[in-house]
Amino acid sequence: MEFPRHLFFTKDHEWLSDDSDEFSVGISAYAVEQLGDIVYLELPAVGDNFAARESFGTVESVKTVSDLYMPRNGEILAVNEEVMQDPEIVQDDPYGKGWLIKVKATAADTGNLLDALSYQKYLVQEEG
Amino acid sequence: MPHHHDFSSRHIGVGAAEIKKMLTALHYASLDELSRAALPAALLGTPLAETAPLSEAQLHEALRTIADRNVCAKTYIGLGYNPVVTPAVITRNVLEDPRWYTAYTPYQAELSQGRLEALLIFQQLVMDLTALEIANASLLDESSAAAEAMNMAFTHHRQRRRKFFADSQLFPQTLAVLQTRAAPRGIELIIGEHTQVSLDATFCGGILQYPCADGTIPNLSNFNKALHAVEALAITSADLFALTLLPPPAACGTDIAIGSTQRFGLPLFFGGPHAAYLATRKTLLRSVPGRLIGVTKDKRGGPALRMALQTREQHIRREKATSNICTAQVLPAVVAALYAVYQGAARLRTEATRINELTLLLRRALLELARGQKLGPLTISNASCFDTLTIAMPDASRQAVLQRAQQQRINLRTDVEHKIGITLNALTTVADVQELVALFAPQSELNWQDLQQQAARESAAQQWRAQDFMTHAVFNNYQTETEFVRFVNRLVSKDISLVQSMIPLGSCTMKLNSAAELQPVSWPQFSALHPYAPAQQTQGYRQLIAELQQMLAEISGLPAVSLQPNAGSQGELAGLLAIRNYHAAQGQGQREVCLIPASAHGTNPASAAMAGLRTVAVACDRDGSIDAADLRAKTEQYHDQLAALMITYPSTHGVFDDNIVAVCDIVHTHGGQVYLDGANMNALVGLARPGDFGADVLHLNLHKTFCIPHGGGGPGVGPVAAAEHLAAYLPGDPLATGDKASHALASAPHGSAGIFMISWAYLQLMGSAGLRRATQIAILNANYLALRLTPHYDILFRGRNGLVAHECIVDCRPFKTIGLDVSDIARRLMDYGFHSPTMSWPVAQTLMIEPTESESLAEIERFCAAMIAIRGEINAIAAGELPRDDNPLVHAPHTLADCMVDSWTRPYSKQVAFYPLTYLRTHKFWPAVNKVDHAYGDRNFHGGLDQQEVAP
Ligand SMILES: Cc1ncc(COP(=O)(O)O)c(C=O)c1O
Repeated sequence: MEFPRHLFFTKDHEWLSDDSDEFSVGISAYAVEQLGDIVYLELPAVGDNFAARESFGTVESVKTVSDLYMPRNGEILAVNEEVMQDPEIVQDDPYGKGWLIKVKATAADTGNLLDALSYQKYLVQEEG
Repeated sequence: MPHHHDFSSRHIGVGAAEIKKMLTALHYASLDELSRAALPAALLGTPLAETAPLSEAQLHEALRTIADRNVCAKTYIGLGYNPVVTPAVITRNVLEDPRWYTAYTPYQAELSQGRLEALLIFQQLVMDLTALEIANASLLDESSAAAEAMNMAFTHHRQRRRKFFADSQLFPQTLAVLQTRAAPRGIELIIGEHTQVSLDATFCGGILQYPCADGTIPNLSNFNKALHAVEALAITSADLFALTLLPPPAACGTDIAIGSTQRFGLPLFFGGPHAAYLATRKTLLRSVPGRLIGVTKDKRGGPALRMALQTREQHIRREKATSNICTAQVLPAVVAALYAVYQGAARLRTEATRINELTLLLRRALLELARGQKLGPLTISNASCFDTLTIAMPDASRQAVLQRAQQQRINLRTDVEHKIGITLNALTTVADVQELVALFAPQSELNWQDLQQQAARESAAQQWRAQDFMTHAVFNNYQTETEFVRFVNRLVSKDISLVQSMIPLGSCTMKLNSAAELQPVSWPQFSALHPYAPAQQTQGYRQLIAELQQMLAEISGLPAVSLQPNAGSQGELAGLLAIRNYHAAQGQGQREVCLIPASAHGTNPASAAMAGLRTVAVACDRDGSIDAADLRAKTEQYHDQLAALMITYPSTHGVFDDNIVAVCDIVHTHGGQVYLDGANMNALVGLARPGDFGADVLHLNLHKTFCIPHGGGGPGVGPVAAAEHLAAYLPGDPLATGDKASHALASAPHGSAGIFMISWAYLQLMGSAGLRRATQIAILNANYLALRLTPHYDILFRGRNGLVAHECIVDCRPFKTIGLDVSDIARRLMDYGFHSPTMSWPVAQTLMIEPTESESLAEIERFCAAMIAIRGEINAIAAGELPRDDNPLVHAPHTLADCMVDSWTRPYSKQVAFYPLTYLRTHKFWPAVNKVDHAYGDRNFHGGLDQQEVAP
């Protein structure tokens, strides 16, 4: 499983492209593995506002459904229409073409973000 | 006295010698000793009041006497229940065929292709007639379907629009159920006239009956336009049979159509079981309640069917599910679908036209007599009609008509003051119309021939639907009995049911459904009665119901029993609503927290949500019992808000929790009620009574413990039993008048009364001693099975003395490390001729096995042999003898198509693939498709017949 060094992660298994005020969000390879075959994504509309840790959508596999959590307070700038049409993309390329939303941060709340190494450590703890 | 006619020895699968052998293996001297070791001593209390078993002959005599107290009358009551002829070929080859009625819900798609195909035909039938894009494969009845549609509208508007409009000409039972279901969800039900309502943006939706209860064919488009103007969802409760003539709801703007399919070949059954349908637009796909059948492909790329988009449902989404429905109405839906196949569009249209002509004839005759002053003042309230007339007349003449009707055993609709309703049906003839007219004017002369011609012309001149329906080949190719029987047989041969092998599904209790118990279901004096027939005609049913209530009260230790709920899920809702309403009546309306263990069945949290309760999870400890410390903490935290604890006993982990009495006490101390999910009553009947150990409410599944067959996914019956203080809040007659809320949850006062005699018969045939023995054997079989599998698999949970209850959970999580999923084992079992045990519930990657008391030792050994052989295959993979991606498990099930390949290149032999054990040479089931691709089907949902299957 890969966790690219240039990304930031949350304990809800989302990734952020960077820690500045505009960033894209997706789900980590670990989340993808846990879900299995992804069949459906429900994503918000451009312009919607969410608080950090609020659910901004859901991701469904055949057997489970999980909420997607907003990593920071922010407004939706763009939504990846392509993955809504073809959710398999998220599975094949979670950090690239499988991005979900682009966000403009509305607060300076980067405190809870993990770098790739800390996230991997967190996963080891969780699994144990 | 030894009985040569002892039914219990036929019902129970093991004899004295086998029992002795199993007890010895388990190191117990007797069944009683085993029971004492397995169950906490505090539970082993009052035995059942003693009743002697009946023989099969005695049973039929007793039921005959009861049936004779029912009267088959001519029925024109309507209200969504209309007599129809069930073709004998369907009675014999579907309704009364154990290959159809003993199958389970088609979760294991590869061995369920036959009934999945029948259900896909059902969906296509509904899609065609409503002209909507998707249809589900059945809801429990019309009224609950209306409630489901109301919930869809409510959630569609994210619960922000609180008002829902219901037309006053909805069937009264539907209005009653909407009332019960709206309040707890915080929906304000506005009842009024659809032509006069003023809607605004606080309405989430509205519903209209089509045709209306009084018979009017309403202007559906106008009503739907008014709803759409405020962006509310337009819901139509449509008579599916009438839609063979009427313009389809979708063409009038309807977003969601619901209704009953009883007129497609099912007897009235004194109210049920019948399948309801729900159809809607593609845009609402994700909020559809209940099961959806979808097309996908199998591993070889061929077409295959499966239950689709299950993430909507309670077993995955729990309190956020679109509905709490689980068991649906598969067998009635299969009958409706096959009835449509047998009739075809032309016959259905002709029949509907005939009924409409007769209705117009009746109308002309009555109006002509009224004009000629041959009878007192009379008006017909509905200006338009399909099959129903509502006749208004002065009370004195109304009374005279009703009196004559009663004398001649003709049932009319009488629940509306100053009016009489008449709905004609498939049995009605011109002579019947003349007989009806004579009720109004006993001595009348009419030129019937002229009237008939006028009626036919009038019917032909109406604006009937222009849209075709049922154009697929399947609705055209099987209309001779020879072809039809072969088609039905082709379908059912693809499925595994109890006629092939044990179906060891934990929590589902797939026990014997004996022919003697089932036969009386088809007796006309049980099957032909209307649910709202006058009480004096249904004395037999009333006796049967009272006796069944009494027996279930005795078994549960709870005195008040309602038989109305149409499945376990509805029993849960009934019980939770009773608790909620009871608290409210005590001035404790703030009690809205429902504690539910993490291991609970999905219907539990989903029902709590429907009852307007807030779910709070309670942890389970390592044995699978409730974590007492967490329960204490949660009950203290929610001391003032606690409504109930919902708990299953024995637990969903298949163990008798030692603490159950203390658990109940803790809940009571904090002012909560104990709701017991009785799905596992097969481990308790005759040994312990929930009412005695602390339960306040309990639902039973007659389709598990009490022998109603599972029907391939329904019908079920989910009675709710309650303590005295809750009795007033149980579901009552939806048409009851007076100021008391009826709390009705179903269309019919007694739900699926037409199958109650099955459970009544079981209880009578077994007698109290037989029932107790059946429970003891269910526990014995499960423990013996656990013992046999222990050297090969880990049994995940055990209770007192290392014993399980009536089921056991086999842990398959360790096989993950060699790339195996529990579903690989489930599919491999098909190659061995078995339906998998319950998969990944209540714990992911496990199998829960419940043998029931009905299985023989030989069958249990055969199943264990299969499980052990599979373990050998798993070991070979672990040892590297078989590749992880090319072995008999990942390729399972193996089909004839696999066998037919020219060169066999697998690293295991054909013998291993197809005949891994010797019994298979004489006893082989061939799955119809290879491994089904679930993801493909969910990504590309298609829930109807293939276009290529359209008739040329
Ligand atoms: C433990 C448990 N509770 C509730 C239910 C729901 O019953 P039904 O399917 O009749 O709605 C089931 C049935 O599968 C069950 O196993």
